[in-house]
Amino acid sequence: MAELSYREAVAHGIAQEMRRDPTLVMLGEDVAAAGGVFKTTVGLLDEFGPLRVRDTPISEQAIIGAAMGAAMTGIPVIAEIMFSDFLAVCWDMIANEIAKSRYMTNGQVSFPMVIRTANGGGARFGAQHSQSVENWAMMIPGLKVVAPSTPVDVVGLLAAAIRDPDPVVFFEHKSLMAAKGPVPDGDVVDTLGTARVIREGTDVTIAALALMVPRAFEAATRLEEAGIAAEVIDVRSLVPLDTQTILESVSKTGRLFTVEENPRVCGWGAEVVSIVDEEVFWDLDGPSIRITTPHIPLPAAAALEDMAIPAVNRIYETVLKSVDGPGGVG
Amino acid sequence: MPTDYRYDYSLRDPRLPQPVDRELENAPIPVDVRLAMYRKLQELRQFGKRAHDMFLQNLVKGTTHLSLGMEGVATGFGAAMRPGDYTFATYRGHAHALARGVDPGAALAELLGRENGVLGGKGGSMHLTDVAKGMMGSYAIIGAHLCIANGAAWSAQMRGTDQVAVAFFGDGTTNIGAFHEALNMAQVWRLPVVFVCENNLYMEYTPIDLVTAVEHPAAGRAVAYGMEPIIVDGNDPDAVYLVAARVLDRARRGEGPSLVEAITYRSGGHSRADPGKYRPPAEVEAWAGHDPIPLYHSRLLSVGVPEATLGKVQREVAEAIDAATEFAKAGREPGESTLLTEVYADGGSRWRN
Repeated sequence: MAELSYREAVAHGIAQEMRRDPTLVMLGEDVAAAGGVFKTTVGLLDEFGPLRVRDTPISEQAIIGAAMGAAMTGIPVIAEIMFSDFLAVCWDMIANEIAKSRYMTNGQVSFPMVIRTANGGGARFGAQHSQSVENWAMMIPGLKVVAPSTPVDVVGLLAAAIRDPDPVVFFEHKSLMAAKGPVPDGDVVDTLGTARVIREGTDVTIAALALMVPRAFEAATRLEEAGIAAEVIDVRSLVPLDTQTILESVSKTGRLFTVEENPRVCGWGAEVVSIVDEEVFWDLDGPSIRITTPHIPLPAAAALEDMAIPAVNRIYETVLKSVDGPGGVG
Repeated sequence: MPTDYRYDYSLRDPRLPQPVDRELENAPIPVDVRLAMYRKLQELRQFGKRAHDMFLQNLVKGTTHLSLGMEGVATGFGAAMRPGDYTFATYRGHAHALARGVDPGAALAELLGRENGVLGGKGGSMHLTDVAKGMMGSYAIIGAHLCIANGAAWSAQMRGTDQVAVAFFGDGTTNIGAFHEALNMAQVWRLPVVFVCENNLYMEYTPIDLVTAVEHPAAGRAVAYGMEPIIVDGNDPDAVYLVAARVLDRARRGEGPSLVEAITYRSGGHSRADPGKYRPPAEVEAWAGHDPIPLYHSRLLSVGVPEATLGKVQREVAEAIDAATEFAKAGREPGESTLLTEVYADGGSRWRN
């Protein structure tokens, strides 16, 4: 058992898979010699050499296109897009070419590839280097979407994504890079499409993703002191989405809160809430409530950014106020 | 109606084809290769005409982008490529699919949206693909597939094969960013890839020279990526074949990518909705006189192939296209059972449990 940071876990997970599969390659801007701008690929060039770990020009379309062409001709690929906001530069490749080609060709092509990207706010980078865009990827049929919150999940879910025959967009959170956690020795392989209950409770369900997971957990700890037993679910994977774990929890607690870093409109929680509404409506004791970043571009100033992204106190206050009112846990 | 050439492109000076290069009669191309190219030319032409007819009969739905008049490029490259090579095409991809040996019946059935189409009716006219034949797809948002072709070439390089990826695209594609990203990366990585610009002088409805900074949309950019500017008469299959053989060989030897600009002309409009009225009549007429079919027919007569042999080829192809038409028309409409399949590799579309 080793104690790894989230950023170390990325390189650890990639190395685990590159050792297992000698055909697996990776490419991206500054990923080789520099070890990645977030230092998530340190050591990979030394171990696997320049033919398997390749620096590219600043050409996001060429990066994702090369990954697609390689994947569809038998070479599994990990492509890095430095900041998730930059996915927009190559969105045609991802949303129109990769995501649609399997269906359009009636199953003639597969894309065993992972697009890794640094997602989310908290680093005071301003609107073009900070957005949480997991909802962009979630809404595209044909993609799988993963966003881990802990080092061990980085390793396990990255391995699962790499071994998956479908294209996976893998969101690494910038503000979790320094977070540390235990990672077991030996190969760690998780399962896509599995949410995890990280704190059990009977009064409310709080579903969260990535950076929002530790915040939801901390809010739940404070809610306990206020007499509210909150169950916290780390959603982990938006596609496939483990709705069963969420539905079972909501059926038990009768209340759902989602904590989302993506801007509010069409955020992932909206889909979760609609599924809960359609399928376990009669188990609900009150309205489902979404705690999200407002529908704004993210501001750069620390004070403003902290107001925008759901914080522990906002989660705590929102849940507390909601369950104290009509339809509350009483 | 405006009468100023700035608004009515048909009033512009016509851009005329170069004269046929008579020296090509002496090119070292075996007669069996030439006959095979003549057969392929006939197949592409008769397929295109049939697709057009079936559109007019309201059998082909949606849209369709034909290569009528431009078949020389697909023919020449198709003859020079090897079975393991990769083709990446645009929405104007029927000729390139057939040039790699895709069954014309399955292709026509796809245009008709039938279950026996090469994509089961799920892709349609703009996405013909047959991976088993090396036809890796027709990509209908231009530019992307140059980058994807790089990936297939990179894959061949890593696997140590001598496969080459060839991306075909129109002149309009040379003004989209992905074209430039692809050429740069291909050269930096010395990829076994060939980029083939089919310059038919019009990007959709607009003359390419009015929207492009250099005279030759592809060749004029080659030097920026360390490549040789190569211009070829795209209506002469022999000329295309010779260039194709040279650049494919170069790629196989590990000498990196090439960019070819094949000058050609659409005999029709951009797509089904376009009669092509924006073109000067004298230009359309001049290019009709430089059509690849009569051009190549004369070439083969000049090198000693009997007229009867060529007539026989034409009739055999006509029979094959008739049979393909019947096969396509006999296909059923796709059933509901296929609507939700093949979104993910497990064969389905399930995104939640």
